[in-house]
Amino acid sequence: MKYQVQENCLTIYLPKEVDHHNAEEMRKNADTLIEKNHIKYVIFDFGLTDFMDSSGIGVIMGRYKMIRLIGGEVWAVHTNARIKKILTMSGVTKIMQIYEEDEA
Amino acid sequence: MKNTNEMEIIFDSHSSNEGFARVSVAAFLTQLNPTVEEVADVKTAISEAVTNAIIHGYENEIHKVSIRCRIEGAQIMVEVKDNGVGIEDVEQAMTPLYTSKPELERSGMGFAFMEAFMDSVEVESVPGEGTTVRMKKTIGKGSKLWTTQSL
Repeated sequence: MKYQVQENCLTIYLPKEVDHHNAEEMRKNADTLIEKNHIKYVIFDFGLTDFMDSSGIGVIMGRYKMIRLIGGEVWAVHTNARIKKILTMSGVTKIMQIYEEDEA
Repeated sequence: MKNTNEMEIIFDSHSSNEGFARVSVAAFLTQLNPTVEEVADVKTAISEAVTNAIIHGYENEIHKVSIRCRIEGAQIMVEVKDNGVGIEDVEQAMTPLYTSKPELERSGMGFAFMEAFMDSVEVESVPGEGTTVRMKKTIGKGSKLWTTQSL
């Protein structure tokens, strides 16, 4: 799993499959980086991801709870149709923006 | 006479086996010529059920989880079984957003996802003896529009 910190923004490059098995590690690493770098914005990059179950939703909700106290935001980028469906169904899109690239 | 086919797998409740479980069921499912969407639906439901067995049924101890699949015509029936702690109140457990382990930061969406992605979900559980989740899905019906709405 790759992480990138730019000022107060953390990008998490999610793996091919996001499930309970790798959610634990992601959560631990992300929280360490969020605390150390005073992160306000967390971007979940789904560029490589083609599978996610509700464990991923738990990770997103948990990070949102951490940063919303300081007015932070969570974003999703590079989501395919399946990931969009999972995010929408779970209702997590009420707290998270999905960044859509320009199709022009 | 409808064509039938069955398979059964038994594996240790290591979280690394979650991927193995959903890929195995997906591979068995291919004989029904499912769409990519249908395969993803079944994989998600399996992942939820197996994760439940591992973290709730066995509370992360290592024991056996079994999956039994049966194909009958265009329908797949999947049974995910553990011999773990069982569920006291199945109805409460199936309520969206309810989680018995808030400290684990679970979303509480496991059963809601299973119900959304499969045609039917039945849960049989005896406290102290274990839990069986039985799910069915007919392949080739086309996608349901409501599934893209928020639960």
